[in-house]
Amino acid sequence: MSVRQSTPRWAVGVGLACAALVVAGCSSATESSGSGSDEPGKDTPAVGFITVGPKDDFGYNQAVYEGSQAVEDAFPDLEVMLAENVPEDDSAATTMQRMIDDGAKLIFATSYGHLDAALKVAEENPDVVVVQQGNTITTDIPENSGTYFGTVYEPMYLAGIAAGAATESDKLGYVYAFPIPQTIANINAFERGAQSVNPDVETITVSTSSWCDPGKQQAAAESLLAEGVDVLTQHQDCTSTVIQAAEKAGAMTVGYHADASELAPEGWLTGAVWDWGPVYTDIVQTVVDGDFVGSGYNDNFRVGYKTGTNPFVLAPYGPGVSEETIAAIEDAQAWLGTEEGSPFAGPVLDQDGEVEIEEGVIPTYAENDAMDFFVQGVVGNLAQ
Amino acid sequence: MSLFVDVLSGGVSGGTSIMYAGVGETVSERAGVINLGTEGSMLVGALGSYAVGVETGNPWVGVLAGAAAGGALALLHGYLVVRRGASQFASGLSLLFLALGLTSLFGATYVGQPVVGFDTWEIPLLSDLPVLGPVLFQHDPLLYLGYVLVPTVWFVLFKTRIGLLVRTAGERADSLTVHGYSVDAMRIGAVTAGGVLAGMGGAHLATAYANAWFENMVAGRGFIAVALVIFATWSPWRVLGGAYLFGCAIALGPALQARAFEINQFLLDAVPFVLTLAVLTVLGKRTLSASPAELKRVFENAPPSG
Repeated sequence: MSVRQSTPRWAVGVGLACAALVVAGCSSATESSGSGSDEPGKDTPAVGFITVGPKDDFGYNQAVYEGSQAVEDAFPDLEVMLAENVPEDDSAATTMQRMIDDGAKLIFATSYGHLDAALKVAEENPDVVVVQQGNTITTDIPENSGTYFGTVYEPMYLAGIAAGAATESDKLGYVYAFPIPQTIANINAFERGAQSVNPDVETITVSTSSWCDPGKQQAAAESLLAEGVDVLTQHQDCTSTVIQAAEKAGAMTVGYHADASELAPEGWLTGAVWDWGPVYTDIVQTVVDGDFVGSGYNDNFRVGYKTGTNPFVLAPYGPGVSEETIAAIEDAQAWLGTEEGSPFAGPVLDQDGEVEIEEGVIPTYAENDAMDFFVQGVVGNLAQ
Repeated sequence: MSLFVDVLSGGVSGGTSIMYAGVGETVSERAGVINLGTEGSMLVGALGSYAVGVETGNPWVGVLAGAAAGGALALLHGYLVVRRGASQFASGLSLLFLALGLTSLFGATYVGQPVVGFDTWEIPLLSDLPVLGPVLFQHDPLLYLGYVLVPTVWFVLFKTRIGLLVRTAGERADSLTVHGYSVDAMRIGAVTAGGVLAGMGGAHLATAYANAWFENMVAGRGFIAVALVIFATWSPWRVLGGAYLFGCAIALGPALQARAFEINQFLLDAVPFVLTLAVLTVLGKRTLSASPAELKRVFENAPPSG
């Protein structure tokens, strides 16, 4: 009998997982948990990262790669393994297991769809910590696993301030893929940031129904520009089409994923870009020290300005952002870090003027992660 | 800008890549070869033009490279079906998947790289016309080249000796043989020419329209082009109109959304495909009778003559 099984939460976790899976994973979990150190992942000699795409995609996966480089710099004695183009199916579990066999006791499974495989690997290897990026564990959280993500709508709120101050037509344009809660929160935060400095501003939305279809993005950008929009932003995986469409038309741009100011030397304002280094480094430190179990990372961890190390940061400013605006953005960022600061600090009205968040209410990160309405000032329909 | 002008202008710019590919496929099918790899030729054309555009900084050199890449893939299709007797459907689809794989592999380094693309050339005087100006004369030069392409292809196909030979290869291949011409040469030439045009369509998409390379960025436009050829009854002029109509159907969604029309987005996404089905249904009978005879054999699974 292992020490860990005396912890009721762990027993419940294993029990639930076994009941859910109805497979043999249960026996292997009890067997191997008897050996090794007490704390999963403690003093691991290696860390593994798996990504769903190539490490040079100028987007999500490149950000992971750069974060893994930061880990390598911070822990010179640690071996950092990286597997690219790992599909979101069972082969992800095989890849992770191979890394574990090669000595890794900490795995970062970085794509949304890697969660099932990550939980499976965590269950089969109780002495290994497997953390997953961006998804949410809805069952009981095993003590050697967890999810983590940032709150991208916070920097989008700040970018909205830059856009709201810079627009002359009071029309901002937002090209997005699908009306998922994360995107809805981004759009709403962008509009509310813009409203904080420009009450008349509206954000017009166009969906492309695709994470990357440059042809549709171009059509969306053209339509928005034709409607008089003079600042374009987006939530797409590939971002260069919309940025260049804005630049060609003499409009301004707020970026996403990566600093693309080289594509828009005239119209670049700022954008929400990734910096995973501090979060990854802190997770590695926590695990190496043997402090993972019961830590914030042994949970569905959501980090924002309030908790200090948001992996989404503001890209460098372009020429169209005034000193005054930069000061306003810095004030707002400080405010977002306080208890009463939030892009969605009540009152928040929806498109029909109904109160969605009461005055004085500060929604939690978890509540924001489930957002399903557009705020007043956003133009567009949520496909139901 | 009014909704009408916005949609028409978006239809012309967004439909141009489909038009190039459709006119190319018309030439190919007129000679009796259907090329489902058109989508693949567009893909290699898009990447070829983009990569060479990035390396040389000259979009025209990029277009030449894209045209060559699209033509090379189609040449392979021509060789396989004409000389090796491969199934036209199987060969076309195989080459599409080959193109998907190759462009994903070799295109990875060009994702997110900036390219010197085509700029907008506003045609003096004409671009100032109401409605027609923004719809037709405020675009890029590769799009204008498309205006010249259609009458040229029509003229070559229907008014020249070489066009007659190509069409004969598609209608009565055995009579070509009787007169001492090579049916194989006509067909391989026509398929390759079709691939060159599809490659130029891909080049327009990547370096003039979207200014980006991303894997699978053609996203079905090649298949729309093949369908278009059938409902345009193998006429370059109707392909032109059909391609712009498709472009308008694609542009309608964003244009309505940007004006906050209360229409379900997923319904709008389906418009281009509903349109295809509707047109095919309406034109079905007429299409069958207009089909090149040798092409009918392909569908009926009979061996080609000649």
